[in-house]
Amino acid sequence: MYIKRRDMRERTVYLDNAATTYVSNEVLQEMLPYFTNNYANPASIHQKGLDASEAVKKAREQVALAINARPNEIIFTSGGTEADNLAVIGIANALKKKGKHIMISAIEHHAVLNAAEELKKQGFSVTELSVDSNGMVNLVDLLHNIRPDTTLISVMLANNEVGTIQNLQAITRLAKERNIYVHTDAVQAIGAVNIDVKQLDVDALSISAHKIYGPKGVGALYLKAGTPIKPIVFGGGQERGLRSGTLNVPGIVGLGKAIEVAVRDMSYNNQKLKGLRDLLIKEVTERIEGVKLNGHRFQRLPGNVNFSFEGVEGESLMLMLSERGIYVSTGSACNSTRLEPSHVLVAMGVDKGLAQGSIRFSLGKNLSKDDIFYVVDVLVDSVKWLRSISPISVKKKKGEDDV
Amino acid sequence: MYNKKVLDIFKNPDKAGKILKADGVGKVGNAACGDIMKIYLKIDPKTEVITDAKFQTFGCAAAIASTNTACHMIIGKTVDEALKVKNTDVIDALGELPPQKIHCSVLAEESIAAAVEDYRKKQEKKKK
Repeated sequence: MYIKRRDMRERTVYLDNAATTYVSNEVLQEMLPYFTNNYANPASIHQKGLDASEAVKKAREQVALAINARPNEIIFTSGGTEADNLAVIGIANALKKKGKHIMISAIEHHAVLNAAEELKKQGFSVTELSVDSNGMVNLVDLLHNIRPDTTLISVMLANNEVGTIQNLQAITRLAKERNIYVHTDAVQAIGAVNIDVKQLDVDALSISAHKIYGPKGVGALYLKAGTPIKPIVFGGGQERGLRSGTLNVPGIVGLGKAIEVAVRDMSYNNQKLKGLRDLLIKEVTERIEGVKLNGHRFQRLPGNVNFSFEGVEGESLMLMLSERGIYVSTGSACNSTRLEPSHVLVAMGVDKGLAQGSIRFSLGKNLSKDDIFYVVDVLVDSVKWLRSISPISVKKKKGEDDV
Repeated sequence: MYNKKVLDIFKNPDKAGKILKADGVGKVGNAACGDIMKIYLKIDPKTEVITDAKFQTFGCAAAIASTNTACHMIIGKTVDEALKVKNTDVIDALGELPPQKIHCSVLAEESIAAAVEDYRKKQEKKKK
């Protein structure tokens, strides 16, 4: 009987796909001609310009199709951050005569959080909606905070740190009854969650290419026809005046292809990722003590795993993994310029000390089961070592001889 | 983010550990801030020279490297001399630290002070 031996060679395992992904060859090949041959400015009205413009048109249709929108509801931007800024600041400002109160969740990406901060400086009031221990927005809190002057709610479809997927339709339903617009940052959700803007009933939705095996520096904002908005970038009037600037044609072509592929391969990718994700979760919880999974166990992105390791500081663990070719990210404060740990974990009620010991593993394509076993082996060694030099003691379960 | 020296010490912190029946133990920091340093001192009773120092740290690479370095810097010094070791001395020994990690060297300085204070308290108790 042939028994497959695990391949335990040293290797590189990239588990930071939530930070960014590689550009897939399919996407890269699609983009290349637009750097060298078909390089004209799509705003130019000569034939070469028209050729470039055709490529943009096709990409716009690809993005629209992927989310069940119309092509004229897609605005190309420089990425998810710009799309978030355009949505939050642009819509809030367009509606300011109606009201100056907006609501965002406490676990939004900094693009939304800081755009809201900027609005505060301009005299808007912002309510941060609380979340439960899994990271789900508290709907009672939402209802309680709605005011007659509330114009916009922004809640991300899936969280980048802990992977929790929101019940967004419940939120849009409540908002619509009160004529409040809804924006969602779907940057992490694309390719993982089936997105139908009609079903979700959102008014604006942010997309980024570099999380779905597309290039960095390009994204899009879905803006439902009729939604009031003011631009935040001014210039030549491209994108119907909503986002000036020469279009990043190769990037846009890449985004179109990337999103088409993401939706095409979603079922297959999700199934594979979930298997590997659940294997990682199982192995870690079985072989290491004092670990806490952050985020909803099941309503979470197929590739996201976020663990807190008691008695261990996140950055030091991340560095030890990096030394062994494993790339992850951490919610520890030491990794940011402020001394506060991840605002997402804190909002979820995770003890600050535990939040400091958190690691996010975001799985991607091209991973194997052996990669997962390798990661866990290195984790076991690294956590053991760091705990041995830590002044915090972790209670051992009886009979445990791992860590 | 870190220079080679800090990384080398982080990968191989030779002063990590405990001293049983230590003459002075100082613990500073807290988990919520992401930094806890505990320094153990072995002190010669006649000369008050620190003969050995070990540490346990919950913290980032800068924190671990800072405490390891602090231990090396105070071995061979008297407790009074050890109190004169400043965080800038620790940074000099490490070459440099990124600006957001300077506080780690400050905490290392404070852990020395806490360990010496603990030693002094123990001495007071012995006299009574």
